[in-house]
Amino acid sequence: MSLLEIKNLHVEIDGKKILNGLDLTVNAGEVHAIMGPNGSGKSTLAYVLAGKADYEVTDGQVLFDGEDVLAMEPDERAAKGVFLAFQYPIEIPGVATMTFLRTALNAQRKKRGEAELTTPEFMKRVREASGKLSISQDMLRRAVNVGFSGGEKKRNEILQMALLEPRLAVLDETDSGLDIDALKIVADGVNRLRSPERATIVITHYQRLLDYIVPDIVHVLSKGRIVKTGGKELALELEASGYAQFQEAPVAAE
Amino acid sequence: MAELTLMKNAAEQQLAAEWTAAKAKLPGAAPLRAAAFETFAKAGLPHRRVEEWKYTDLRALMREAKPLAVRPDAAAFATLGETDAGLGDLDARRIVIADGYLAPGWTDLNESDPGITIVELMAWLGEADLFRLNSIPDAARKDIAVSLNTAFMTGGVVIHVRKDACIERPIHLAHVFSGKTAAAIYPRSIVIVEPGARLMLIESHEGPDGIDYQANTALQIFAGDGAHVDHVKVTREGDTALHISSLMADVGAHARFNTFGYTTGGGVVRNQLFLRFGGEGTVANIRGATLLKGRQHADTTLVVDHAAAGCQSREVFKSVLDDESRGIFQGKIVVRPGAQKTDAKMASHALMLSDEAEADNKPELEIFADDVQCGHGATAGDLDEDLLFYLRARGIPSAEAEALLIQAFVGEAIEGVEHAGLREALIEAVQAWLKARG
Repeated sequence: MSLLEIKNLHVEIDGKKILNGLDLTVNAGEVHAIMGPNGSGKSTLAYVLAGKADYEVTDGQVLFDGEDVLAMEPDERAAKGVFLAFQYPIEIPGVATMTFLRTALNAQRKKRGEAELTTPEFMKRVREASGKLSISQDMLRRAVNVGFSGGEKKRNEILQMALLEPRLAVLDETDSGLDIDALKIVADGVNRLRSPERATIVITHYQRLLDYIVPDIVHVLSKGRIVKTGGKELALELEASGYAQFQEAPVAAE
Repeated sequence: MAELTLMKNAAEQQLAAEWTAAKAKLPGAAPLRAAAFETFAKAGLPHRRVEEWKYTDLRALMREAKPLAVRPDAAAFATLGETDAGLGDLDARRIVIADGYLAPGWTDLNESDPGITIVELMAWLGEADLFRLNSIPDAARKDIAVSLNTAFMTGGVVIHVRKDACIERPIHLAHVFSGKTAAAIYPRSIVIVEPGARLMLIESHEGPDGIDYQANTALQIFAGDGAHVDHVKVTREGDTALHISSLMADVGAHARFNTFGYTTGGGVVRNQLFLRFGGEGTVANIRGATLLKGRQHADTTLVVDHAAAGCQSREVFKSVLDDESRGIFQGKIVVRPGAQKTDAKMASHALMLSDEAEADNKPELEIFADDVQCGHGATAGDLDEDLLFYLRARGIPSAEAEALLIQAFVGEAIEGVEHAGLREALIEAVQAWLKARG
């Protein structure tokens, strides 16, 4: 059984069609890259997988580990192992980063019937994970993402991913706004989590990130559907030729 | 203009009858009491056409005036139990005031600290001249709730902190309503903090649910030049109680004055703050957090009088309104002629947890000096859906995510409390409120 199976997914927001019969199968152990021009539906796909309200699924199915994800609340999905690294991580004034991390981790563990982490165990995990991502103690003492630079916010997303150890990580343009050093740190964080049990979907505009997170499969998304699928060389091809060829592709649903 | 005389309602008639019956027995300050009662008798209970009481029509809300509470007997005092005001095991010197009377068995007035004396209000009234009692800010002088407290006040304490004394342990004035039937209580306390001295004062007010008792409480604080006073008021009266409080503070030069009001209890609550900065260079933090549910009504009415140059005040008030509750904030900043370089910023924010809740905001600035920085801002809104989604996408269930955000919202006001133990206790009180909300 595949870890994630998306079949004929149709999604609208405010009556506007964004996804038009998207099919995607991701097996455990794989890294998929989804590339595409602005407005092709990349972020919508990410949000729909995480369970954001406002998006109306008008047709199709999403199975995670054989279960209907669309019927689950966002927090249930997270506890099952779905993680979205936000394109624009949100600032939450007044909520301490450590409180947030601990609440999230323990909520997921509780849901899975696991014991809550003791304070020393939690602290140890945070120290290890933050050290690898060059996240300072000072950042951890602040409120969630408040006063963080763009790059710090993205690293904070990867920190959360490292602690929560999701089975499916969806990275929504995690590379945007990162300089080359930060990009390497983030990519290393993602690569550390690669394992035969886990899968990653990397949503990106540019090929650059894929030099560091090397995908097994690359998809091109245009007008709400996957229009081409290939190996990692497809990303390089796109870098050279651009997306224009795909935007002209006819969309059967319309 | 022709004077309009309203028919006296039942509550006003009952108050007049109480006065006639009690005035000869009320201890001390007879002329002051009589003058204060006269102020009430002329005006009657404030109603919605009295601007300061626009949103809290006391005349309509107070259908009847409850009889004056009697001094609890020894047995009644003995049943008080621990009154921690929901502050847990906070280390503080606790003074219990039950039904408006100082409780002998629960009070240690004689703790030996040469920097501070605490005496019973009535014992003090007998010997002291009355100028402190009568020394109240202009805006409070014509206020009817203050007048009624002055007319009927029964007991409380007078705390005197000597010059330059630093009182390490917080003083906790724990007010409780101990009666089994509804009654009216009028506690009054006076706190004198001499120049250079430091005091942390907590006052709490609580009582049983289901009894529609009426509390009208007043606290006067005199903070001398260079004094540092922290004041925290915790209001968690019973669910059908009427609670009116008046804080009157007169603050000298180069002082620090912090006050924080935490309100979760009472059917109808009116918190009045009349603060006057009479000396230069004082810094004040004036904050409050109100959490309401059901049909609770809480009104914070604030008058900050910058009467001297170069003072800074920050006003931050937060309310969390669930169900059909109603939260009111009226904040007025007055800058007197000559109070140049005043720096005053006021903010009030309401978080609406229900479509049926109501928030009323009335900020006012009265500025009579030309070189000042004053501003105010007010907002009312729901919990942010994007923030909720972010938390939920990390596995935090909806109720817990809401609780985190509500706590963060209120936290901005609580973080102004300088005493770490008390700050923790208040955060725990908020968590308990959120837990009860479910």
